[in-house]
Amino acid sequence: MDKNIINELVSILGSENVLTSKEDKINYSYDATPDVQRYEPDVVVTPSSKDEVVKLVKLASKYKVPLVTRGSGTNLSGGTIPVDGGIVLSMLKLDRIIEIDAANLTATVEPGLVIQRLNEAVAPLGLIYPPDPGTVTTATMGGSVSECSGGLRGLKYGVTKDYVMGLEMVMPGGEMIYTGGKTVKNVSGYDLTKLFTGSEGTLGIITEIIVKLIPAPKYRRSMLVIFDDLDKAGKTIADIISNKVIPATLEIMDNVTIRTVENYSKIGLPVDAEAVLVIEVDGSIEAVVLNEFDTVNSICTGNGAVSVKLAESDSDRDAIFAARRAALPALAQVRPTTILEDATVPRSRIPEMLKAIKDIAEKYKIRIGTFGHAGDGNLHPTILTDESDKEEMARVHKAIDEIFSTAIKLGGTLSGEHGIGMAKSKYMEMQFGSSGMNVMKKIKQALDPDNIMNPGKVFWRG
Amino acid sequence: MTIYDTIDEVREELSKCMKCGNCMEVCPVYLETRSEGSVARGKIRLIDALLSGDLEYTKGLEERIGLCLTCMACVAKCPCGVKVDKIIFGTRAAIVKNRGLHPIKKAIFSVVKRPMLFNIGMKAGGMFQGLVFRKHVSVTGAHPRFPFGLDMRRIIPPLAAKPLRSQLPDVVKVPNPVKKVAFFTGCSMNFLYDQAGRDVVEVLKRNNIEITVPKDQHCCGMPILAHGDAETALEMAKSHIDIFSKLDVEHIVTACGSCGTTFQHHYVEMLKDDPEYAERARNVAAKIIDISDYIVKVTGIDESKLGTLDMTVTYHDPCHLNRGMGVKDSPRDILKKIPGLKFVEMKNADRCCGSAGSFSLTHYDLSMDIHHHKSDAIKATDADAVVTGCGACIMQLADGMNRFNMNLPMFHTVQILAKSYEAKENEKK
Repeated sequence: MDKNIINELVSILGSENVLTSKEDKINYSYDATPDVQRYEPDVVVTPSSKDEVVKLVKLASKYKVPLVTRGSGTNLSGGTIPVDGGIVLSMLKLDRIIEIDAANLTATVEPGLVIQRLNEAVAPLGLIYPPDPGTVTTATMGGSVSECSGGLRGLKYGVTKDYVMGLEMVMPGGEMIYTGGKTVKNVSGYDLTKLFTGSEGTLGIITEIIVKLIPAPKYRRSMLVIFDDLDKAGKTIADIISNKVIPATLEIMDNVTIRTVENYSKIGLPVDAEAVLVIEVDGSIEAVVLNEFDTVNSICTGNGAVSVKLAESDSDRDAIFAARRAALPALAQVRPTTILEDATVPRSRIPEMLKAIKDIAEKYKIRIGTFGHAGDGNLHPTILTDESDKEEMARVHKAIDEIFSTAIKLGGTLSGEHGIGMAKSKYMEMQFGSSGMNVMKKIKQALDPDNIMNPGKVFWRG
Repeated sequence: MTIYDTIDEVREELSKCMKCGNCMEVCPVYLETRSEGSVARGKIRLIDALLSGDLEYTKGLEERIGLCLTCMACVAKCPCGVKVDKIIFGTRAAIVKNRGLHPIKKAIFSVVKRPMLFNIGMKAGGMFQGLVFRKHVSVTGAHPRFPFGLDMRRIIPPLAAKPLRSQLPDVVKVPNPVKKVAFFTGCSMNFLYDQAGRDVVEVLKRNNIEITVPKDQHCCGMPILAHGDAETALEMAKSHIDIFSKLDVEHIVTACGSCGTTFQHHYVEMLKDDPEYAERARNVAAKIIDISDYIVKVTGIDESKLGTLDMTVTYHDPCHLNRGMGVKDSPRDILKKIPGLKFVEMKNADRCCGSAGSFSLTHYDLSMDIHHHKSDAIKATDADAVVTGCGACIMQLADGMNRFNMNLPMFHTVQILAKSYEAKENEKK
């Protein structure tokens, strides 16, 4: 990188916020994504104001240097890996809660704020910010908006894009724009808020976010249901929804996951079960919640559940959710490399998808444990492998190809909540065709003609 | 081969890390710096680069590997079960081999490892400390008078006028002992908090336990090991295994989580391939027990001996006592049994106080930033005393009290128990 650029960065940010050591380059060359190549940036910068961000973007535009925006680096798509080098922009110092507006049920925050800090701040007001990705205690608001994270409550409460009401963005070239706002209704012009949410840092840099808050549900009831047959579990999921109950949580774990969890934490799951469902209904009227709970209970029993364990207390609930939360840690300890995918299908196709994944695992002789958000069709086929075993990795890559083509064949999508980044870009054309990709490319070219915003993501380079 | 022989031994631990970043939720250092190089995931990536030849033993690596409290919060959090503390210790040892030990640390450690010299030095310190430290007005403690490697703002507790072990006989006899234990005093009780040390003995005596206090015991070696001087630490480990394995006792009682963890885990790891020491190290490790666990699980709390204490206390979990030795409930069980005593749990009681032994000396500002959360949590309890189970934490808490304008007394758990016993005696009178 041109020495002048570094000097100019130092004059904008001060030398302590311009990191160029070998160690720093290594430390910002990866994120949480497994099985992808590392790329080192030329420099890492840590701005602490939006003024500085504007100046940085102007500088990067002038020199046409790549800008890769990064929060906590917990994404699973290679979204923050600087594939073309350039500048990594760590947003962690912009982490204020600017305003909590209880009258309008909104919060305005900076992108470097960890999601959980927002939840802690609004909890005393009886409010919640519902999107709860598995990384809620580490991931930032900016990162989760850029990736449009989901979580366990997607079925009933939606995902990040359903809560982003407005954005302040620095566009390539350094112009600042504002999209959306605090109003529930807003149809003025194109919906740029939705366009930028989930755009993975490829269109501009978020400097402020307005999100919607909702009243915290007062009552909740949970249960853990065991099935000896995948189809029975699948029918149960469909029946719950068609009986007009929308659970807050409707999670599934397959046999491989059940075995692994049981082996890891000995919580009494039957290792011969084919599926476990974790279900929670919630709401603000106790009678309604109890009524829904009874409905779900009788559907499970009617569909031949082997056992239905009802949570009678908070500690029962904690135990039930501990089983679900143990899924990833348990699977992760089996082999050195854990590849967590998020192929998603319409919820009615879940049994088919689970069976297809099982067949794919057998075909390629690899180990896949699947768990996920059955209620919204978002599954996490988790491949347990070893990056250092080249021969096995070749089989793993073929299996991944087949998982994605199956998801699309079943009317689903490549990614439910992790994003495309560099990890899944090669499958994009399979889902959208060349004309679909062309529309996206035109948007990208129109807004970022020099391709400095997170280059090498979303679009496959071949 | 151990991690201290060759850094290659940490490879397996490194490969377990899936870079999920869950360690970012709990790492006290990262929560202050929010820089990738200061959290476990980032350090692991750097060590990966080191082992693959992508990075040399640089000063930058040394600094980043130095930014760890070994509080083990990430170890407890890690979904993959990565033993980060093991990686850090092994890497620090390799850094010392490749870059050498800082000359000041080298000088200190060479004294600490020779028990006689260390003991004489600290005894002389007890007599002459007024020359080096000026007394602090508000709390029991002093500021250093000269900048001999310590931060001038730091409050240092006064050295015991006479070290604990010089105050005690080799064997503290009781009539009709029910059990026999050895007491590993640790440096903080021996040289700084001798009252707490006497209370350990007092509490054991009242439970009819005979106590052997080997006079030739010395520093456990944790501070030295934590700085990567594995060679010196190994000598100290062997010496302690020699001293303690020949004693005819059922348990070896410790009253400091770091010392206990060192005996329980680090000695075993360091000596695992040594034919002469491996088995004895495991046997000694199996006998190690923290004083609070000993009282709760071995002797049991005899409530008829407990007198009323009219005080409100909160408890700070020392990292190595909690996550190192797994002792979390026993101190609370003791406190909750004491009549009249009100126990208030503080927020994040198990979060590191920022001391980490000499980390607080080498990184004073960062250490105090970390400590700030602790003092806020203590303040919010409205307790009138803070209880904990480790001398290094007491030292840090005392300094933090001074820094953040609080004036609460601090006690080791065993001191509260001793006070309660004493109160009962007075009630009888």
